[in-house]
Amino acid sequence: MAGSSVSVDYADAMIMTPIPAGDWLIVAPSLITMVGGALCLMLRKNTDLQPKVGMVLLGALVVASLALLIRVLDHGVITMVMGNWLPPFGIAVTADALGATLTFIGSVVAFCAGLFGMKTVDSSGRRYGFYPFLLLLMTGVCGSFLTADIFNLYVWFEVLLISSYGLLILGNDRIQLDGAVKYGVLNLVGTNLFLIATGLIYGIFGTLNMADIAVKVDAMENPASGTLATVAALYFLAFAMKAAAFPVNFWLPASYHTPNIVVSAVFAGLLTKVGVYALIRIFVLILPASLGYMADVIGLVAIVTLMTGALGALAQTEIRRLLGYLVIAGIGSMLAGLAVAANDEKATLAISGAIFYAVHSIIVMTALYMSAGIISMMGGSFNLRQLGGLYQKSGAFAGVFLILAFAVSGLPPFSGFWPKVMLVDAAFGDDRFWLGAAILVSGFLTTLAMGRVWIYAFWRGGPEGTPDGQSVEVTGSSQAQLSGGAVWLPLGILTALVVYFGLQPEWMIELSTQGASGVVDPLGYIRSVLGEQG
Amino acid sequence: METGVAILIGLFFSVAVYLMLSKHLVRILLGIAILGNSVNMLIFTNGRLTREIPPLIPPHLYTPETLTANPLPQALVLTAIVISFSFFAFLLVLAFRAYQELETDEVNKMRVAEPENDQTPPQGY
Repeated sequence: MAGSSVSVDYADAMIMTPIPAGDWLIVAPSLITMVGGALCLMLRKNTDLQPKVGMVLLGALVVASLALLIRVLDHGVITMVMGNWLPPFGIAVTADALGATLTFIGSVVAFCAGLFGMKTVDSSGRRYGFYPFLLLLMTGVCGSFLTADIFNLYVWFEVLLISSYGLLILGNDRIQLDGAVKYGVLNLVGTNLFLIATGLIYGIFGTLNMADIAVKVDAMENPASGTLATVAALYFLAFAMKAAAFPVNFWLPASYHTPNIVVSAVFAGLLTKVGVYALIRIFVLILPASLGYMADVIGLVAIVTLMTGALGALAQTEIRRLLGYLVIAGIGSMLAGLAVAANDEKATLAISGAIFYAVHSIIVMTALYMSAGIISMMGGSFNLRQLGGLYQKSGAFAGVFLILAFAVSGLPPFSGFWPKVMLVDAAFGDDRFWLGAAILVSGFLTTLAMGRVWIYAFWRGGPEGTPDGQSVEVTGSSQAQLSGGAVWLPLGILTALVVYFGLQPEWMIELSTQGASGVVDPLGYIRSVLGEQG
Repeated sequence: METGVAILIGLFFSVAVYLMLSKHLVRILLGIAILGNSVNMLIFTNGRLTREIPPLIPPHLYTPETLTANPLPQALVLTAIVISFSFFAFLLVLAFRAYQELETDEVNKMRVAEPENDQTPPQGY
C-alpha cells in the first residue's frame, strides 16, 4: 500500500471494535487442545510426565468449555471472525447453545477418558501418542461443534479423523489393523462425499458461511429443486456414514471393539455424535426446505437403524461389539428426532429430544465401554460365555452397571428416559407412529440385551461350565489396574451425570430446548454472524 | 471448457466407484485416490475456468473488469489436496501393514475383527 493515494475505509470490510475478552473463549477449546497436543507430542518420550500434562490440559478444556457455555447462556449466540474481516468473508467461529452444550459434555467425557487412560494405556501406548492424539481429537470435535463455516467443518472433521486413525491403531495388533482398514476407507469416502456437497454449495451460493447460506436458501424461490436436492442427499449420505446409520453403519461394529478400551469409549461417545450434530446443523439450520422432502427417507433410515442396532446387540457374545450396536441404535433415536423436525410445530421438541439424547448417549456409551474394560479386568474376558460371578467381586460395580444398562435402554429414572419421552411424544404428535414405535421396541430389545449381560456377567455364580458359586480369581496385572481411583473416578463421574440427568432433567431439557430453538429459528444465529442486517 | 471438464469429472467418478467396488484393497485405495482427485476437479471447475486473466480489481472499481476465475475454490482445492494426500499416504501404509499381518488383500477374507464362525450368545435367562 506504500505510495498509494487511495484512501481506504477499513470499517467497510473489517470489524474495527476490539473483541470483548470473553469472546476469546470461543476459540479456547480448539486452541488449548491444539497447543496441548503439540506439547504432549514434545513430551512423548517422558511417559511419566506426559499423562499429567495431558490431564491438566483436559481439565483446562473442561473449564474453558464450561465458561463458554455459561457465557453463551448469558449473552446469547456469540461469534468471532478470524482476521476481523466482516462475515461472510471472514471465517466465523460461532458458539450457540447447541454447539456449546455439546462442546462442554464432550470435554467432560474426554477428561474422564484421559483419567481412565492413565491406568489402561501402557507406556508404549503413551510413547506412541495416546495423549497427543486424544487432545487433537478434541481439537477436531470442539472445532466441529463451534465453527460457522462449512468448509471449516470439513477441515475439523479431517482433524478428528486423522487423530482417530492414530488412536485406533495404537498398539498395532492384527485385529486393530483389520478394523482400522474398514474404518479408514469408509470414513474417508464419507468425508469425500461431504466435500463434494460443500463444493457444490459453494458453486450455487458463492459462500461457505453457514448463516449466509441459510439466508440465501431462504431467499430462493424454489429451494426444494435442482442442485440443492443433490446437495441435501449428499450431505445426508455423508453424515449418515459418519454417524453410522443404516445402511452405511458397517464400519462401526467392525472397528470399535478393536482398540484399547478407553479409545473405544471415546470413539463411542464422541465421533458418531459429531455426524449427528452436523446433520442437525445442515438440515435444520441451512436446508430446512430440503428436510421437508427428506423427512420420510430420514425417518425410514432411523427406523431401520434403531432395529439394526437393537437386533445386532442381541446377537453378540462380545460385550464391546454389543455396545457398538447400541451406539448405532442410539443414532437411530437421534435421526428420528431429525425426521420429525420437518413438522414445524414439533420441530423444537423433536430437535431438543435429539440433542438431549446425544448428550445422554455421549455420557452413557463412554461409561458403558469403561465398564466393559473393568469387566474384562475383573473377569479376564469380554466374552459373555466366559464371564460370571462379578457381583460377588464388587456389588457396587454391579449396581453401577445396572444403572448404565437402565439408562441406555431408556428406563426411568435415568438419563435415557427423558429424551426418549420427548422423541416419542414428538413422533406421535407428527403422526409418525412407526417411528415412535421403533424407538420403544428398540428400547425393549436393548433392555433384553443389557439384561442378559448383567445376568451372565454379574448375577450367575461363575463362567460357563463352572458350578454356581465358584468365583474367578482376578489376575495380578488387572488387580494393579483396578486399584487406585484412576479407573473408578471417571466411571463414577459419568454415572453421577447419568443419575443427575435422570432425576433432575429440567436443566438439560431447558438447555437442549434452547439449543433446538436456536437452530429451528436461526435468526439469533444469523444476526450474530452477519450483524443486524442479516 | 467447463462442459468438457465436467464430462471428464464424471468419468473420473465412475472409474473411482468402479475401483472401489473391487474386493481387493489395492484397487479400493486407487479408487479412493481417483475419487479425491475428481472431487478436487469438481471444486476447481466450480470457480469458473478462464485462462490468463488474473483475478485483480483495478483501484477505481469494486468488481473485476472481465469475468475471471474465482480464486477461492482454488484455495479450497489446495487444502483438500493436502488433506487427501496425507490420508492416502496413511491408508497406503495401513493397507500394507494389514497385508503383512493378515496375509491377504481381499477384503472378504479380512475376518480377524469379525470372525466368521463367531459364538452365539448364551441363550435363556
